[in-house]
This record gives sequence, structure tokens and C-alpha cells, in this order.
Amino acid sequence: METLIGLLVAAPLLGAGILLTGGRRLDRTGHLIGTLLALVSFAFAVVLFADMLGKDTAQRTLTSHLWTWVPVEGFQAQVGFQLDQLSMTFVLLITGVGSLIHIYSIGYMAHDERRRRFFGYLNLFLAAMLLLVLADNYFLLYAGWEGVGLASYLLIGFWQHKPSAATAAKKAFIVNRVGDIGLSIGIMLMFTTFGSFAFADVFPKVAQASGTQHATVTGIGFMLLLAACGKSAQVPLQSWLGDAMEGPTPVSALIHAATMVTAGVYLITRSSAIFNAAPDAQTAVVTVGAVTLLFGAIVGCAKDDIKKALAGSTMSQIGYMIMAAGLGPIGYVFAIMHLVTHGFFKAGLFLGAGSVMHGMNDEVDMRRYGALRSYMPITFVTFGLGYLAIIGFPGLSGFFSKDKIIEAAFAKGGGEGWILGSAALLGAAITAFYMTRVMIMTFFGEKRWQPDAEGHEPHPHESPATMTVPMIVLAFGSVFAGGLFSINSAFVKWLEPVTGHSEGNSPVSTATVTAGTMVVLVVGVALAWAMYGRRPVPAVAPRGSLLTRAARRDLLQDDFNHVVLVRGGEHLTRSLVYLDHSLVDGVVNGTAASVGGLSGRLRRVQNGYVRSYAVSMLGGTALVVAATLLMRAV
Amino acid sequence: MSFPLLTTTAVVPAAGAIITAAVPAARRTTAKYTALLFSLATLVLAAVAMIRFDPSGPRYQLTETHTWVKNFGLHYDLGVDGIAVTLITLTALLIPFVMLAGWHDPDPLETADNRRWRPTQGFFALILLVEAMVVIAFEATDVFLFYIFFEAMLIPMYFLIGGFGDRAHAAGEDEGARQRSYAAVKFLLYNLVGGLIMLAAVIGLYAATAKQLGTGTFSLQEILNARAAGRLHLATSTERWLFLGFFFAFAVKAPLWPLHTWLPNAMGESTAPVAVLITAVVDKVGTFAMLRYCLQLFPEASKWATPTILVLSVISIIYGALLAVGQRDIKRLIAFASVSHFGFIILGIFAMTSQGQSGATLYMVNHGISTAALMLVAGFLITRRGSRLIADFGGVQKVAPVLAGTFLIGGLATLSLPGLAPFVSEFLVLVGTFSRYPAFGIVATLGIVLAALYVLVLYQRTMTGPVKAGIEGMSDLKVRELVVVAPLIALLLFLGVYPKPVTDIVNPSVRHTLSDVHKTDPTPALEAKK
Amino acid sequence: MNPVNYLYLSALLFTIGAAGVLIRRNAIVVFMCVELMLNACNLAFVTFSRLHGNLDGQIIAFFTMVVAAAEVVVGLAIIVSIYRTRHSASVDDANLMKL
Repeated sequence: METLIGLLVAAPLLGAGILLTGGRRLDRTGHLIGTLLALVSFAFAVVLFADMLGKDTAQRTLTSHLWTWVPVEGFQAQVGFQLDQLSMTFVLLITGVGSLIHIYSIGYMAHDERRRRFFGYLNLFLAAMLLLVLADNYFLLYAGWEGVGLASYLLIGFWQHKPSAATAAKKAFIVNRVGDIGLSIGIMLMFTTFGSFAFADVFPKVAQASGTQHATVTGIGFMLLLAACGKSAQVPLQSWLGDAMEGPTPVSALIHAATMVTAGVYLITRSSAIFNAAPDAQTAVVTVGAVTLLFGAIVGCAKDDIKKALAGSTMSQIGYMIMAAGLGPIGYVFAIMHLVTHGFFKAGLFLGAGSVMHGMNDEVDMRRYGALRSYMPITFVTFGLGYLAIIGFPGLSGFFSKDKIIEAAFAKGGGEGWILGSAALLGAAITAFYMTRVMIMTFFGEKRWQPDAEGHEPHPHESPATMTVPMIVLAFGSVFAGGLFSINSAFVKWLEPVTGHSEGNSPVSTATVTAGTMVVLVVGVALAWAMYGRRPVPAVAPRGSLLTRAARRDLLQDDFNHVVLVRGGEHLTRSLVYLDHSLVDGVVNGTAASVGGLSGRLRRVQNGYVRSYAVSMLGGTALVVAATLLMRAV
Repeated sequence: MSFPLLTTTAVVPAAGAIITAAVPAARRTTAKYTALLFSLATLVLAAVAMIRFDPSGPRYQLTETHTWVKNFGLHYDLGVDGIAVTLITLTALLIPFVMLAGWHDPDPLETADNRRWRPTQGFFALILLVEAMVVIAFEATDVFLFYIFFEAMLIPMYFLIGGFGDRAHAAGEDEGARQRSYAAVKFLLYNLVGGLIMLAAVIGLYAATAKQLGTGTFSLQEILNARAAGRLHLATSTERWLFLGFFFAFAVKAPLWPLHTWLPNAMGESTAPVAVLITAVVDKVGTFAMLRYCLQLFPEASKWATPTILVLSVISIIYGALLAVGQRDIKRLIAFASVSHFGFIILGIFAMTSQGQSGATLYMVNHGISTAALMLVAGFLITRRGSRLIADFGGVQKVAPVLAGTFLIGGLATLSLPGLAPFVSEFLVLVGTFSRYPAFGIVATLGIVLAALYVLVLYQRTMTGPVKAGIEGMSDLKVRELVVVAPLIALLLFLGVYPKPVTDIVNPSVRHTLSDVHKTDPTPALEAKK
Repeated sequence: MNPVNYLYLSALLFTIGAAGVLIRRNAIVVFMCVELMLNACNLAFVTFSRLHGNLDGQIIAFFTMVVAAAEVVVGLAIIVSIYRTRHSASVDDANLMKL
């Protein structure tokens, strides 16, 4: 069984290797190879899952040590895997949703001449993501962490001929790198404090920290949070996610909704031992989560680009998860549960959006959609189910997972609990509003279709089976996953051995929370219907209020970045280039010039007349002789 | 007497240089293959040395000792430790690729008055000559012997920089020639000044040994033995002055801020293979010599100078990266990136921890390979377009995907992506620095963001976007070029996931060096049980 | 005879030679004056050899002769070629070696 863990990662890695070095020969079969290897990986995952279910709770963790990666005095980095319930959950999500999206992409990318590469990059992503969740130490996790960053970079910028895509890809990578600083400093702190960065070494040691080491542990917590902010697009490092929608839609579904962006949640949950010992860091985590869940939701309300609206929503939902993870043992399990259900419905929503774009000549502006429900029935139904799941319609997945988070937020206790709980409730209301808005603008109302830049009229049609089947599967997940997980608290029992779990003392009862969420849900939906359903949607966006305009520009975060970081950086580099030339080089050149000037004077002595040279020689000799005689005399 | 393997490793390329230079003018191809053959032979010899080196054996192995000038204490002493043998192998490995990449660079145009012109022979002979000198500089365990070759390698490098430039120059042919000779002279002057100061220190060292031991000596081994036995004790101020003399020369060569300004000129004006020779091979002698001579000969002074050097190297890291972001010329950009990377290497050396020094040694190897990959591909790109300005490129990815792909991999290695070799070494350097000097470690970490910035900006501007005018007909990599790039990339991947073969050889030497300076690694507050 | 007198003669010859080198313009004459200086030295060497009673001075004198002969060959060749190109053997005309 242990070998299978390695093969789980190796299969998609092999696929990436074959597809990216195989050349044109594989253009016709490449996508099949890629999909097959993703499915193989999923099959391994299922086998491992069955095996794990068959074991006692205490013996479920599998480890597999492959080789020593970096053997240096004192610093021993291993390539080793650890498969426990937490990793298993992720592995199933990654390979499962990943395989579905591979299948979907066969249809979606059918006409792209670089399809082989696309599948190669997707496989690369799967391998890196599996590495991330399977690593048994932070150093290897870091490799996966950057690996998914690379795959994300390659896939966002997949249509490189579009400058906007190339810029978005670069931005995503660089913003992520800022987060990566956090992870690397975190690892260094662990190394200097505990002498190791393996989970098995660090976690037991955290409890023994005393005195100033507490501060170090808190420091590690903050650094890991910074890393999570980068990867999971949390405030203040969230600016890249909206731009990342430049990538092909399957990428948005897989990487920027279901899996990669949730890596931050994984990191925090995995490091529960550290965060439990660092309350200050936990406070920071919940703050980031709460702020982002509102931030993302507000941005989602204002976007007319369907993918960017969904991206805002992703940001907001991950904010929920981060907040839950920051709540400590009362929240970890629900963070992961919401992560899984979110993986289903958000991937489904994105695939639905992709299907709509596929039928509408790649139009993304929702103001040019409308009335698509009868043209794309399957897309409509699957998208609709995803919609109901995300807004938390009773009985669907989102209802179970999101309610639990809101409950846990209240259970945090004290003023903090009330603030977080209210923020979560407010977020739920806004979620209901913006998702209803997306739904109405896309599928209801009248046609607002417009010909594309080359004058082709859109002819919306249902997508091929390779695309609709994955959507249907994901819709099933969106509907039933939450309910299944909640039967007998199955999910809680499953994860509890890894993350720990405790029921908090909520000041408000479960029934009250549910009632509250129902109320805000109805309010949100009603408001959206009043604004977009009752009257026609204008084809050109109205100017809107100050908040709307700010939200369209991602609440001015980009403008801030541009003015402070980009412009400031440009000025800095330009002045440094100038200084390097004029000052650092100038000092040396100045010395050279003065030596040159001096020698220019001395040159006059060399007049070219042999006899004057002879005189100077004679004079010199006489001087030397005289000096010698003089010295002897003395 | 056993077979003089180390001498042979240096003599073979030197002989190759002479033979290549003697090939008649018309037989250019013969000259090229001769040179390539000799470089491959050197590689085989270096590999044999690497295999025969026993990591658990004595510090210096494969030693050869002959007295050269007895009265002056000069010896022809060769010997390698793990660090030296690794760097010799790196040198021997890179030279064939440098040659293959520059296969057509020096060929003169086929005109009547060019018939007797022999630049091709010269180019390849000079490369072999550089190789021979670099190899012997790595092998020498006599301070004066080292000094001779440390200086002598400037001569062939001067001709390589000044004599062979890119065919097309943005500023026109005459201006190009002027800038080229400016760059070559600047290279020579900077390094000569450094070398002269070092010469003074070498003589000073001799005088000090002569005074205390009765007979002066340049032999590293004798000096170390004498000091270990308590017969030699340098006064604090003497040791510091001598240290500064040595360090200055190495810091120019390395190059460390603010002595770096010759590098962008030299790398910008020379052809890509020569630029690789400068940064990946010759400059390594500087950082290597810091490890071998500064730390071993002057341990106390090294510790005394550490804070200053750390500040300078952190400035190098950040400053080099920021300037790389601001460059408009591909080769100058890579040169400034190298300044930043050399900052990391020096930081690792002077952090005085095992992780830092192992990382720094590994960094030298990895930086050599990754810069070679990036620079050589950049060279192919520049040759195709006839310009090295970033603004002249755009959309290359569309017309030459393999070229763009290899360029990206070279770039990703430069920004230290995990899975590629430089990541391991960079992280080791950072962790080694952090464990003793957290503040320097954190500032240096900012370098990794800036690295991402300059690499990706370069990639975006040259490779992506709509295809620019002048790019449409660009051909993809040819077989010869693939032969150059593919093995380098394979090596980057291999050393990225399995650096053990190198670290195993390097680790014992690092342990020796650290014990020279009487430093031990800081112990973690809460040591995990092993 | 007192050997020291030879030294006086040698000094005299040397002075004549040096003055000739400095004053005369004709390259050939300058050249001959240089030879005169060399021979003055030779005379001094031989005298010292005699004075000290060993052969060192005589050996050096032989060296000097060989060097002088070589010098004559090279020097005359240069003078001839300068005369061919410039139609003058004046040392003041050949002042191109300045910047």
C-alpha cells in the first residue's frame, strides 16, 4: 500500500513528462494519455481510501519514505509521504475533480492547437498538488507549494499570445512568491527552533515551547498565515485571483476554485498544533478570513464578467474556510468539509460558466447573456444546482457546511464570536445576492446577445457529452455531499483523529443559526431579484454608486498596488540603474580619468628625440652613482 | 609514484589549446573538433578524479608535491578537497557546452582577405587555455602557484571578451567595437588591481612565515601545520591586513557589490558562451578562493570581517536583483542576476554554518549550470534576431516553442523553483544564514521575490504576446543547440531532486573548513530527537 | 706601468663616447660613440681583472663584445632601413615614436 502513495504522485508526473517532451507526435493522442493518467491516479486514491476505511482509526496513517533529498550536516530533508485522513480527503478531491476536469477539457479544448501542452500542464498540476498534500515535512510541502504555483502560472498564461493573460500569469506568480517568503521563513524558524521541519518532529515539540519560544511559535504561525494568504488569495494578497481568470475555464475550475487556492486552508489545518499554541496567530487568521469573506463577496456583486464574479465568490468562500480554520479545534473539520463541498459546487459552477462561454463565442460579459436556460438545459440545471448549493439552500451541500462554520464562529465566544458570526451571516446574505444576480443575468430575462469582434452572431448550444457529464457528476456532489457527510457526523468522526475536534459552546442555538441563515438567504435572493429579475438588465453597465465602482476595480487594491509598488518599484530601479552607472561606476571611472590626465602631462616628456632620452639616461645614471657614493660616504 | 591525475587534468586542455591554435586557417572544422575532443578528454579526467575522491578520506587527496624554487619556498603542490573536485568537474562539464554553443560564433565571413584570418582557432584555443588555468587554480595548494594562475587567466579572458563580440550591435559596428574594448579593458583593470593587492598580501604572508619559521613558504599545508603546531602566529593586525588583501581580489572576481560594475559590461559585450565562461567558470574561482584561502589562512580575521561582508553580500543580492529588473538588455539582465546570486554564495560562505557553506558550494555548481542554460539559450535567441534589446523581442513562444520552453526552464532555475537544482542550494544558504543571523536571512529572502520579478518580466516581454516584427521567421532550436541545452536541463532536474552525490563529497570539506574557523552550528532551542 | 692609468684612459674614452652620443646627430656617429663607450667599459673590466688577479673581468669583457656585436647587427639594420625610408640618418628626424 505504501508504494501506491508514491505511484499516486508519479502517475500524473509521468504524464506531464511524456506530454511536455513528446513533441508533435503526441498531438493527436496527448489529451487521452493525460486523462488516462489522471484517472489512474484517482483509481489509486480509491484503492487507498478503501484500504484506509478497512483499518482501525488509530492505524490509518500510512507513511512512505522514498529518499533523502538534501543531506547536509544538521539539515536532513526527506522525500517522504504521509497519508492520513486529512491528506486522503484532499487526494480524493484532487484526483476526483481533477479527472472530471481532464474529461471536460477534452471537449473544451478540442479546437486548441496546443491541447497536448494543456494536458501536460494539468498533469503537472495534479502531481504538484498531490505532493503538497502528501508531504510529511514542510520542506517537501514547499516544493509542492511552488510546483502548483508554477502550474498555475503556466495555465493562467496558457493563451500567451494575449498580453493580458501573460500579465495575469506573471502577477499570480509574483504575488504568490510574496506569500512563499512566509512559508520559507516559517520553515527556517522551525529549523532553528526545533532542528527539523518534519511534521512528526515539530508538532510534538510545539507543546514544549516555553518563554521566548512562544513568541517564535507565534512567529511561525504568522509566517504560515502569510503563505496561506498568497496561495489562497486572502486579503492582502488577493489581487491575483481575479486576473487569473484569463486562463482557460477548466483551469479556473480546477486550480482557482476547487483545489490549489484551498492549499492555504490545508496548510493551516495541517499546522493545527502550531496554531493551537499561538492564539495571537489564530486571531490574525480569523481576521483575515472574515475580512476576505466580505471583501470577496462585495467584489463578486459588482463584476459583470461571469468568471470574475465567480472568482470573487471563491475568494469569499475560502475566507469562510480560513476563518473556520482560525477558530481552532471547533472549526478545522468544518473548514475542510466546506472545502470539499465547495470543491464540488464551485467547480460545477465554473464548468457551467465554461459551457456557457463555449456556446457564446467565448463571451464573458453577463450583460450580453440572458435567456440561456432553454438553449442550454443541462448547463442550466447543473449550474442551478451549484447555485442552490453555494447559497446554502436547505438540504444541499453548502447548507450543511456553511451553517456549521457560522455556528462555529458564534461558538468562538465573547465579542469576537459575535463579530465573526455576524460577518459570516452578512457574507451569506451577500453570497445569496451575487449568485442570484449571476443566475438571473445568465439564464433568465431576455436575450442581450451581441456579435463578437469578428461579427459572428452567437448560436448558443448545449456542449458535448465530454463536457456535460463532468458537470452532471459535480452537480450530484453539490447536492448530496453535504448531506452524506453529515449523516451521523461521519465527516467529523473521519477527520477528528488528525485535526482534533471540540464542540464549542455557542451562545445561540443551532436552530437560531439556521433560521438566521434562512432569513439572510431570502433577503439576499429577494434583493437580487428586485434589482435584476424584475426589470431588464441594461446592456451597458450603469455608472453605479461609489462602492460599486470601487468593487468593480477590486476595491482599489490594484490601484494601490500600482501606485505604491509598481510605480515606486519602477522609480527605484530606474534611479538605481542611474546610480550604478554614475556613482558606483563613476567613482572608478573618475579614478581612471585622473590617472589618464596625469599620464597625459607626463607624456610630454616623451618628445621622440633619442638624444634627450640619452641625456635623461645619463642624468639618471649619474644620480644613482652619486647617491651610492654618498651613502657609502655616510 | 602514482599517476599524476591532477596535473594531467590541467595539461590536457593546455596541450589542446596549443594543438588547436596550430590548426591551419582553412581547416576551421578540424580545429573545432580538436578542441571539443580535448575538452571531452578533460571531462573524463575530471570525472575520474571525482570518482577516485574518497569523501571519508583525508582532507586533500590526489596530492602531488614538488619543490619548485627552493630558496623562495615555492612548491608545485596540487591537491583537491571535496569542494575543489566538484568545481573542477563543473568546469570540465561546462566547457564542451560552451564550445558547442559558440560553434559558429567566431567564424570569419568568407571573403578573399579573410582567408588567412584564424579567429576560430584562436577562440577555441583560448577557451581551452582558460579551462587549463581555472583547473590548476582549483587544484593548487600553494598560495603562489594559485596566485599565478588566478592572474594568468585574465589574459585569455581579455582576448575572448575584447576579440569576439556579437555580430550585430545595437549601436553600430564601430561603436560596438569601442564598447567591447572598453568592457575588456575594464575587466582587465578591475581584476589586475585586485590581483596586485593580493600579490602584496601573498608576499606579506611569505615574509611573515619567513620571520617566524626561519624559512619562508607558500605551501598551504606547511602554513596550516605550522599554525596547528603553534609555531606560526600572525599578529591580529597583520592577519587582518593580509585577509583584506586576499579578500579584495576575490571580491572583485566574485564580484561583490560595489566591485561588480565590470561584470555587466563584460557579459553584455561578449558572446553568450564567453559570458558563461566568465560567470559560471572564472568567477567561481573567486568564491572558491574565499572558502579555501580566506577562511583557512586567516580564520580570526574572517570572523572579524564577517559582519561587513554579510552586509555587502545582502546588498549585492537585493541591489543586483533590482538592477536586473531595470535592464533593457537581456545579457546585462542576466549579469545583474548573477551579481545577486554571487551575493547569495558569499552570504552562505560567511554565515559560517554547515548549511550555509554546503549551500554555497552547491550554489556555485548550480549557478554554473543554470546560468549556462539561461545564457546560452539567450545567446541562441540573440543570434537569431541580431539584437540583445528586450524591446526587440515579443511573441517568440508562438514561432519557436522549444526555444521558449528551454528559456523558461533556465529562467525558473534562476528564480530557484523547487525541483530544479538552484532551489536546494539557495534554501540551504538562507537557512544557514538565518540560523545565525536571522535579520540577514530575512532580508536575503526578499531576493527570491525580486528574482521571480526579473525572470518573469524578461520571459513575458520576450516570449509572450503578439509576434513582433522581425520575429516571424525565427527558427526553433537546431539539433546542435538542443544537444547543448537538453543535458543542462536534465542536470538541473537531477540535482534538483537528488543532490546527494554532490553534497556527500562536499560535506566533509565543509566540516574541515568550519573547524578551521572554530565555528559550530547553532543548536536549536528544542532539538528534535533523531 | 701603473694599471690605474688604464682606468683613467677608460674614463676618458667613456666621456668622449657619451658626449658624442649626446651631441652628434648622425645616427652612424652616435652608434660609433656607443661602441666607444662599450669599449671603454671593456678596458675598465680588463684592467680590474689585472688588478684583482682573477679572470672575472676578462670574461665579462667577452660577454660585452658578443652583446656589442649583436647590437651592431641589429642597430645597423635599423639605421639602414630608416635611411631607406626617410633618406636621412639624422636621429632627430626619427621622432615618430611619440604620441
